[in-house]
Amino acid sequence: MCENMLNYIWGAIIFIGIAAAAFNGRLAEVTNGAISSAKEAVELGITMLGIMSMWTGIMKVGEKAGLIRSLSKKLMPFLSRLFPDVPREHKAMEHISANVIANILGLGWAATPAGIAAMKELQTLNAHKERASRAMCMFLIFNMSSLQLISINIIAYRSQYGSAAPSEIIGPGIVTTLVSTLAGVLFAKMAEVVK
Amino acid sequence: MKLITLISDLMMPLVIVYILAFGYSRRIDVYEAFIEGAKEGFTTVFDIMPTLIGLMMSVGILRASGALEMMIRLVEPLADRLGFPAEALPLTLMRLVSSSASTGILLDIFDTYGPDSFIGRFVSVMMSCTETVLYTMSVYFMSVRITKTRYTLAGALVANAAGIISALVISRYIWG
Repeated sequence: MCENMLNYIWGAIIFIGIAAAAFNGRLAEVTNGAISSAKEAVELGITMLGIMSMWTGIMKVGEKAGLIRSLSKKLMPFLSRLFPDVPREHKAMEHISANVIANILGLGWAATPAGIAAMKELQTLNAHKERASRAMCMFLIFNMSSLQLISINIIAYRSQYGSAAPSEIIGPGIVTTLVSTLAGVLFAKMAEVVK
Repeated sequence: MKLITLISDLMMPLVIVYILAFGYSRRIDVYEAFIEGAKEGFTTVFDIMPTLIGLMMSVGILRASGALEMMIRLVEPLADRLGFPAEALPLTLMRLVSSSASTGILLDIFDTYGPDSFIGRFVSVMMSCTETVLYTMSVYFMSVRITKTRYTLAGALVANAAGIISALVISRYIWG
């Protein structure tokens, strides 16, 4: 269940593909498919170099100016409602809000370390060390419900494949992200009551 | 619907103005920070290029082999009954398992149907409101050695299902 899974997924995709190609009599197409896809990957990489660098540049300005810290503070009152078991001034809250803000802004590299720090702090409050606490369940469900407001990589891919309006998915993306997060939070709150 | 389009158009400029204004108000060297961040982004993309090549190659083989079409034809009756686009089903399932493998399939959909087709728009929205559940969960729980994860997986799946369904509803609503 870890990153290593890709090790098997990757091979499986190729083996299934070649087996299916033999079955369908399309082995020649497979060779062309592999070659043209590898080429396509580099073309995509070049588009991404531009768009992603622009975006990480903008985000760095926010990070350096202390945007994550400043937004985290504003988020605190809301978050403390989600985690009634965690004292407001506890270190865990600080890491949780940093993780949430980094996720909202799409700063994956800042989100994961903060998230792991949050889990470690939540573990200090946890009575059963091998069992997830209510706060941990809520934190991870919230985290995995997708929080990112602007999916810049999806916009970059759309642009590379010739979309007339690559960013037209931002609005629908925000609405659906809110729906999924709300559903996750409601589920977690209900599960807390049941268990 | 007009509001949603407006949000799409305004979001990026607003975020850029907000962050730059925030940077100037804190008196940091905004341009220098931008260059530093851009360099980081540049290195990141450069570093993931080999991954991208590997994944797109494998998905390219899968596409050329006709295996994806076979799979789609297999799930089509079920997907049709649910009102779900069959072409998007393999991607939707892969999304929960692996972020990079699902990116490979996403790009294949863009290549085959175009990013501005209904299916292309739907999967774009769907990708923006879902997460790689299995990977994220194992990273976080392993970091504190928790084995009993209780209702976390169920909750994450409920949230992602809600995202997938609402992506379909909103895409049908806006783009028919």
